[in-house]
Amino acid sequence: MLVQFIDVTYQYQAHVPVLKHVNLAVDAGDVCALVGRSGVGKTTLLKLVNRLLLPSSGTVVVEGRNTREWDAIRLRRRSGYVFQDVGLFPHMTVEENVSIVPRLEQWTAVRARSRAYELLELLGLPPEQFAGRYPRELSGGQRQRVGLARALATDPPILLMDEPFGALDPLTRAEVRQAFADVQSRLHTTVMIVTHDISEAFALAGRIGVVDGGELLIYEAPPLVASSADPRVRAFIDAVPPRP
Amino acid sequence: MRVIHFWLAHREELSRLLQQHVLLVFISTLAAVLVGIPSGVVAARRPRVGRAILVMASAAQTIPSLALLGFLLPLPLVGGVGPRTALVALAIYALLPIVRTTLTGIRNVDPAVIEAGVAMGMTPRQLLWMVQFPLALPSIIAGIRVATVIGVGTTTIAAAIGAGGLGEYIFRGLYMVDTTTILAGAIPAAALALTADGLLALLERRIRRGRTTPAGAARAAAAAAVLIAIFAAVAYARGGGDPAVTIGSKNFTEQVILGELLAQALEDEGSVRVVRKLNLGGTFICDRGVRTGELDAYVEYTGTAVSAVFHEDVPHDSRQAFERARDLYAQGGITALDPLGFNNTFAILVRSRDAAARALRTIDDLRSMQGTWTPGFGHEFLQREDGYPGLVRTYGLNFASQPRAMELALIYPALAGGQVDVIAGDATSALIDALQLTQLEDNRHYFPPYDAIPVVRTSTLLRYPAVGRALARLTGRISNSDMRAMNASVDLHHRDVQQVAREFLARLPRVGE
Repeated sequence: MLVQFIDVTYQYQAHVPVLKHVNLAVDAGDVCALVGRSGVGKTTLLKLVNRLLLPSSGTVVVEGRNTREWDAIRLRRRSGYVFQDVGLFPHMTVEENVSIVPRLEQWTAVRARSRAYELLELLGLPPEQFAGRYPRELSGGQRQRVGLARALATDPPILLMDEPFGALDPLTRAEVRQAFADVQSRLHTTVMIVTHDISEAFALAGRIGVVDGGELLIYEAPPLVASSADPRVRAFIDAVPPRP
Repeated sequence: MRVIHFWLAHREELSRLLQQHVLLVFISTLAAVLVGIPSGVVAARRPRVGRAILVMASAAQTIPSLALLGFLLPLPLVGGVGPRTALVALAIYALLPIVRTTLTGIRNVDPAVIEAGVAMGMTPRQLLWMVQFPLALPSIIAGIRVATVIGVGTTTIAAAIGAGGLGEYIFRGLYMVDTTTILAGAIPAAALALTADGLLALLERRIRRGRTTPAGAARAAAAAAVLIAIFAAVAYARGGGDPAVTIGSKNFTEQVILGELLAQALEDEGSVRVVRKLNLGGTFICDRGVRTGELDAYVEYTGTAVSAVFHEDVPHDSRQAFERARDLYAQGGITALDPLGFNNTFAILVRSRDAAARALRTIDDLRSMQGTWTPGFGHEFLQREDGYPGLVRTYGLNFASQPRAMELALIYPALAGGQVDVIAGDATSALIDALQLTQLEDNRHYFPPYDAIPVVRTSTLLRYPAVGRALARLTGRISNSDMRAMNASVDLHHRDVQQVAREFLARLPRVGE
């Protein structure tokens, strides 16, 4: 087990808890999707994994160690993070963005560059064409691919993705999602992906969790989620338009 | 056109002043950058400290520049006549825009980008140097740009305390009421501001476009710093070196001419190098200079020395006034040499044709005109107990209307033009002859004597015998009419001070010849 939540509750100071008594486990190499409406605590769940937040009660265990005991900087460098709004560094070229964590980890320039080129190639961005560009010279889809490459640069054991395809138009989203699926199947990275799109969850994940009102309603393989009798889960499943 | 002639005639001086100006701006802005950027960074990360820093910098900004210079002047370490005080004041002014833009630049970085950095495992320090600072850089450069442009302007005021720079022309022009000289300083200063602004704008744009990385900008800044440092070293090497005697002067034409006369007389002796710090603000600054050793000599007036420097009542007898001044100076290690000859006292002036028509010769004669004449006096003369109030009492005068308070520079033309009928001016003013005015005799000896006397540090006189010889050559040699003529040559005929002084000295034999 790579990531484990044991009875995790999170609340901001004295406010209503954002997450209540969440239990889940993610095995190495799994892709797990967390689905829910906006603002139900999905992003909080991801932030608890790389210690951007610490639980109010309960325990988050990553690679066998409580996140409270992890050095925050080390833990964050072992987990790639992809954001909905990408968060590329606007003053750095594509190559510099992708090799930022390798540089923080003091890789040699040669090694960092060859890794960056390899990832750009893998994500369909020919490096000779894209390495020297600045983020503002890229389309939304290209930017998100760079964000993905940046998160994968040091081959981290865990990849955390927060609505990574949410801001893209449907066509681009399908392309980037495909690129992601290809890369994941090659690298076997463990992935936790947060999305409000249940069909995306079904398309990508080996395990799906449905979050609502701060609770994890179900956390199962896709067929079991699809056949759940819980009315709150059904509300999500039934919202998916039937495939033509 | 006149301005161009002026520049051509003063090529060397212009290039020296321009060089001083650039150095003053560069060094003060650099100091402000070195202090301001770290302060801005600290302020951005600690809001409470930040507020305090901003309040202090804003408060400093609101102090009028002349007041700030005056405030710094008497302080130890930072004060004193010359560039040091100016640099401190200029750096204080440059601080606010730099601190503020550093602070806002860092605060305005997109939170999504910051979050990405944190999630990527950057330490706060890495976040600052790899993300926040580079992204704030265009804003910081904009701040430096503002600071530099303000600095070029403010530096003109530095001339008031003897720091040099293009302000020398502006002040000289203001005192001489000569637009050409003012423009000769103002135009290059404006051009300098525009050039600096343009260059920094270029740098800012390159950084914004992402073409120049922070490292590149740092390299460019380092290169510029090295260049300027070499420039400064050369200037310093040229200025420093072997021991020299420094001659000062106050900031009006007569004083500059006298300073130049002292300097040239000393140069004629040939044995010491002479440094000129002419045009240095008022009495207070020159006196301070000669006491601290920043100046070795300047010309003072007996009445001013006794009243303004030593705060005593001035004896109305010339000899007594001089002896009193000499004794008071001697206590401070300063030697007052024998008077140069002329007495620059207050002069009660009327139009020559009125004087002729009404047979006016002395101030007493004015009583026959009272009830019909309007006087015009400077602000200071009206206020001082030993000015207008005492004059009226001593001579029993009673004018038609309240005296008009006027700017000194405007008083002479006002008299010549008939707006006023009697004024108090300087006995050595160039305008007395030029505007056909007549000085009425102070037959009751109301005005204290203002005999010109060189004051020299006694240690300098002992160390360099040439100084005593050079100054003895001038003793008793400059009459009131000589001084009026030299003032007229410079003020009215726009002749070069050095030239005027040289011609006058050529007529005086050297001591021992």
